[in-house]
Amino acid sequence: MAFVAPKETYSGKVYQVEIGTDKTAVFGGESVLPFNSFEGNAPNRPVVAYEIQDVAPEDWPETVKKVYDGVSNDPVAWAKHCQDSLNARAIALRLIGTHPDRENRSPEDAAKTVKDVLAAINVPLIILGSNNAEKDAAVLVAAAEAAKGKNCIIGKAQEANYKTIVAAAMANNHKLIAMSELDINLSKQLNILITQMGFDKERLITDPMCSALGYGLEYTYSVMERIRLAALTQNDATMQPPMLADVGMYVWKIKETQASEADLPQWGTLVERGIAWETTTAGSLLISGAELLIMRHPEAARAVEKFIDELM
Amino acid sequence: MALTGVQIFKLLPKTNCKKCGHPTCLAFAMKLAQRQASLDLCPDVSEEAKKVLGEESAPPIRPITIGSGDKSSKMGEETVLFRHEKKFVNPCVFAVEIKDSMKDEEINSIVDDVLTSEIDRVGQKLRIDAIFIDNASNDAGRFENVVKAVASKAPGTALILSTKNPQAAEAALKNVADKKALLYGADESNADAMAGVAKTYKASLGIIAKGLDALSALSEKVKALGVEDIVLDSGARSAKEILENNTLIRRAAIKKNFKPLGYPVITLAQRDDKMLEVLMASLAIAKYSSIVVMSSIEKWKNLALFTLRQNIYTDPQVPMQVEQKIYNVGEPTPDSPLMITTNFSLTYFIVSGEVENSKVASRLAVMDCEGLSVLTAWAAGKFTASKIAQFIQESGIENEIKHKELIIPGYVAILSGAIEEKLPGWKITVGPREANGLPAFLKTRGN
Repeated sequence: MAFVAPKETYSGKVYQVEIGTDKTAVFGGESVLPFNSFEGNAPNRPVVAYEIQDVAPEDWPETVKKVYDGVSNDPVAWAKHCQDSLNARAIALRLIGTHPDRENRSPEDAAKTVKDVLAAINVPLIILGSNNAEKDAAVLVAAAEAAKGKNCIIGKAQEANYKTIVAAAMANNHKLIAMSELDINLSKQLNILITQMGFDKERLITDPMCSALGYGLEYTYSVMERIRLAALTQNDATMQPPMLADVGMYVWKIKETQASEADLPQWGTLVERGIAWETTTAGSLLISGAELLIMRHPEAARAVEKFIDELM
Repeated sequence: MALTGVQIFKLLPKTNCKKCGHPTCLAFAMKLAQRQASLDLCPDVSEEAKKVLGEESAPPIRPITIGSGDKSSKMGEETVLFRHEKKFVNPCVFAVEIKDSMKDEEINSIVDDVLTSEIDRVGQKLRIDAIFIDNASNDAGRFENVVKAVASKAPGTALILSTKNPQAAEAALKNVADKKALLYGADESNADAMAGVAKTYKASLGIIAKGLDALSALSEKVKALGVEDIVLDSGARSAKEILENNTLIRRAAIKKNFKPLGYPVITLAQRDDKMLEVLMASLAIAKYSSIVVMSSIEKWKNLALFTLRQNIYTDPQVPMQVEQKIYNVGEPTPDSPLMITTNFSLTYFIVSGEVENSKVASRLAVMDCEGLSVLTAWAAGKFTASKIAQFIQESGIENEIKHKELIIPGYVAILSGAIEEKLPGWKITVGPREANGLPAFLKTRGN
């Protein structure tokens, strides 16, 4: 019985998105399942963006916080460090300090941080709110204006606040992250609502919501696989934006990245365990369809880049 | 290619005797074609039909067990390409490599690590399942001695014996003939001799060829030599090759019922860079490998990979559950708040995560609602006032806390009066509807 390679051809493809203005980054664009370049076109490397914050990362676990000692109290220095010393292809600035339960920084403060960071780097910038739906609406409008013309990604628009954020991204010519909670139908619905406002679907990035290894990863993994299959096999345009995995913030708050080896000797050394947790979460989501990853630990990001080298 | 119902019907007795429980032979044939019935149900089927149909109705990926006793591992029997379609059935085997050229102390230390690798996670006992012993020394005597030593030190652990030399294979295998080892392996140069050794000592046989054409041909060859239990190595070593070959093998077996590739796959994932090895193993876990061979098994690495394997092999149709009990978040005192929620794992992870974010030490009572979320459990009558009251009373929590206040999810605010009736002396407080409201809620209470 002779072997005939059972290759697939698909009717749909993922939109290609380009961000930034100086050193740009391009991702998406493939017409096959993740890295299945043996049967079709997968032209672009997924992008790993380094996460920085507008305020010092007091809530990050020690093992990832100390990597940024000396730069993390200043978002500009932090961004330059990621770009120049860690060779980041993109920076993700999370405006966590604007959250009402945190420093409650104003939209004007946030806008200034965005301007300062943009002036210091030439790689693309992703601008994220604090995930407080109400405050994000005000903060992201100010941030989008401050970044006008820089072809950034703004996020995250959610069902509760998408209208103002979509309008701000549209007016200032940015790309937009649409986030819904671990459900392919919710994700599709939000993408439809956003495009009905006149936002170009080819400027969207879908965030189906990340989960950490051991804490619901399989849900994110399967929702991503289903979204990608819908994009390719059903040629469903609402499912064709590239996908984001916002890995770092979900990984670095769970017990496995914080509990000491003294307390849990059977879990092994804490430093490697934390890095492995972020690495494994990111690697699995790359395989299930993420083209844009936001990560924290440079060692995890480095390993993921090597993995992508082998997969491309 | 799978047979149609009509093709199967032609092989049946056509007596419509109904002994199989179906009204006609044609109806039975249709069920067989859909793999919803077993041929054993027909008492009158001919030997010829059994042979043809037996092969046809066999699972698309042959089940193969390595190891013996309670730590043996079953592989294969997968039926889908994507885990949302149906559960991935038999979790892949994790193996660590030992080279027989290593010093004895080093070998002993790796075997010790295997023996102490067991971790309990969400109620499952997870461990390194197998030891892959490579005849790197090219010395048959050394190989035999190392295999003997490892087998006596780790009698319950499955063995994979890696050698291309049939004499070395026989020397080693004869000492572990009762252990259902995997002999890895046979290639085009030694297939006849290796097949003979595997048959004699009832081992399964790993076959190695470069590319899927050569692998299919080799698979048919060793099967013709009488070896039934085969494990495939397509020679893929880079991440790109592993993804491509494993995908094509799984598709050929499941979608085309292509028998020569209907076997479990072994992946050599070793890398000098430990984090990269973690990623290679992650790829193998997610993308269809049945055996993943690694160069090292540090505890931190095992924990991450055990967890990933558990996540990928979870049944997508059965909600993951956490154990019913009262969990501490932080270090609660007798005055700390007490909250209740259901035992759907995502509910638990999200609620406990937000309580942690609040930095308010708390107790979280997680009630068994068969893995349903709060609203679903309430609608299904599993998260009711009387059941909540019973759980709180039987938990004995009253003896550990000073107050008698229970915070319930905002979505079941309607239950507060009824719970107060069933839990005399308790105050029921309605918390936020969504978990992300918990940090603000807990902080403003000022516990």
